[in-house]
Amino acid sequence: MSVVAQERAQMVGDSRNVVLSVREVTVGFGDTVVLDKLSLDVYRGEILGFVGASGAGKSVLLRTILGLIRKRSGTITLLGQDLDKANDRQRMLVDMRQGVLFQHGALFSALTVLENIQVPMREYLDLPRQLMDELAYLKIELVGLPRSAAQKYPSELSGGMIKRAALARALALDPDIVFLDEPTSGLDPIGAAEFDELVAKLRDTMGLTVYMVTHDLDSLLTACDRIAVLGEKRVLVEGTVEDMLACDDPWVKSYFRGKRARQIDRTARG
Amino acid sequence: MPYRVVVREGQRFTLGLLHTIDGTMLTNSQGEASGAPQAAGGTSEPQIDVHQDGAALTCRLSGPWNTRTVARVDARMRELEKRSDVSKFILALEEVTSLDTAGAWLMQRLMHALRKRGAEVEISGQSESAAILLGAVEEAAENGDEAKPARHGFWLYRILESIGRAMYEARDDIVYGAHILGATIGGAQMKLGRAHAVNPAAIVHQIDRMGVGAVPIIVLMSGIVGAIIAQQGAFQLRYFGAEIFVVDLVGILILRELGVLMTAIMIAGRSGSAITAEIGSMKMREEVDALTVIGLNPVGVLVFPRLVALMVAVPCLTIVANFAALGGAILIAWFYSGIPPEAFIDRLRESIDLSTIFAGLIKAPFMALIVGIIASVEGMKVGGSAESLGTHVTAAVVKAIFVVIVVDGFFAIFYAAIDF
Repeated sequence: MSVVAQERAQMVGDSRNVVLSVREVTVGFGDTVVLDKLSLDVYRGEILGFVGASGAGKSVLLRTILGLIRKRSGTITLLGQDLDKANDRQRMLVDMRQGVLFQHGALFSALTVLENIQVPMREYLDLPRQLMDELAYLKIELVGLPRSAAQKYPSELSGGMIKRAALARALALDPDIVFLDEPTSGLDPIGAAEFDELVAKLRDTMGLTVYMVTHDLDSLLTACDRIAVLGEKRVLVEGTVEDMLACDDPWVKSYFRGKRARQIDRTARG
Repeated sequence: MPYRVVVREGQRFTLGLLHTIDGTMLTNSQGEASGAPQAAGGTSEPQIDVHQDGAALTCRLSGPWNTRTVARVDARMRELEKRSDVSKFILALEEVTSLDTAGAWLMQRLMHALRKRGAEVEISGQSESAAILLGAVEEAAENGDEAKPARHGFWLYRILESIGRAMYEARDDIVYGAHILGATIGGAQMKLGRAHAVNPAAIVHQIDRMGVGAVPIIVLMSGIVGAIIAQQGAFQLRYFGAEIFVVDLVGILILRELGVLMTAIMIAGRSGSAITAEIGSMKMREEVDALTVIGLNPVGVLVFPRLVALMVAVPCLTIVANFAALGGAILIAWFYSGIPPEAFIDRLRESIDLSTIFAGLIKAPFMALIVGIIASVEGMKVGGSAESLGTHVTAAVVKAIFVVIVVDGFFAIFYAAIDF
């Protein structure tokens, strides 16, 4: 846990302060049930890695938490607010405190990077124009983009730069929790490692809580504090890398002990 | 802590209100370094307490310094930045209740500005998290001095520049249109070997979409326009007792000009926009590049079937439009002027001949070509953004309609010159 997060945790007097709590959530489309009574907790200041087979429902869970898909039953409490009971204003206040990085960035193609970052600021805050520019440039620097990228359009950026710009937009309002959907997919290993470092650094400086859907074993190992595995419509197992290696579930076993995972095995034991 | 918020309809939440709700509703807000400020009766506004002692300036900051609140102290901080009489500056953060990057930015901006003026800057009472935040923001404050992008030049230059750009764009359009026309006449060739790989299924599919699909709207529109012209003509000619000449008027006007012109305009709006959007979105998602790499000529695969389909469909639709417009005219002549259909058709046979019909029909393939080429050129020009797709679809429809009308005028001049 980061220093900032620890400080906060001490303040609350609970070392396991829950930011996001998903309880018994069921989601389905038509006759198929995608998630069945799934429960999950995300604690303040941690980076939670969320893995699962393709089509297991990782994105469905993320979209359900974000309110983009309706759930059939269960409760989701985000930042202390039960989202079902929230009225429009309470929902807006929660929205202000969360940031989302979509898998393909989802930057607005008609706006420059700078304007993209300023979209949430314009929507929620009453900032003078100059200060808004300064803060947007600050976010650009924080995510490691060159200042010259500010005036570019998303179509002029490389894949890695799009992810960084999208992260800058997710951070525009200094959120408490950010949701990252496969942040390192499509990046080369070096770029992916840099992105992991960036996420960890931002977590430390800004005291973020990070919910990261990922397939990248290296990210899970280097950046994540805790890992949750989705399978059989629920969370199969959650814990550290060691817990994953100790798990008996065949999918978890093949995921963390397969050929591509030899690296983890060695590092974890060594 | 009980709180009550009354928000009137349409009223913007003030920032203070937001933060109060924020602080009470959620257990701990961003980056709070000391106990809950709201419950302790602390302020929910960021405060600056300036204390000057000779050349030494002490700023005691208090309250929340975060994204939601800093707007109110921004101007004050900027004033402080301009002070040149400071040689020692102390920033006291003991009473800051919450801090995030925006607050840290304001502090770093101030410290950076004063440091540049040669003042000695000191921070006191910063928590560990504040130190990390201020450190992370410091670099950005230093880079912030870099030159901003140059302002636009003299207004006259800008006007001349835009005229020049428009000229070059017009030239590029014509050249690219000629390329597409040439490639179409050359046929839908593959890159290697097989000279003419025309795909009949694609052409038939396009004819179905752009031709057959357009029949109902063309019939409806032409019928109404034919009826309106007949009614107006009959109404005016009635004064001269020459109501029967409405047949001549309607017959010649529709067959020579209106049938083909309205069909072309409707097709420009209906199919031209579709062609631009289809090709443009394929361009946006690199599908056009994929075609090139696979070894297919994008013009051959995308443009050729559509152009051929248009060249077949527009003349057919023109004939349909002619019949529909005459039908509308016959109905109006019958009910409004009492000219029975037999009399109308008799009169029509005397007033028009085959050349009248062909004078209109000959124009149809040209109109199809214009709409198709302009739509394809605009589609190929679409860039990476959704906005550019919209711009080019609009441009395609507007340009196509404009050029169709201009070309119709040229045809009229040409027919007059050759006495057709």
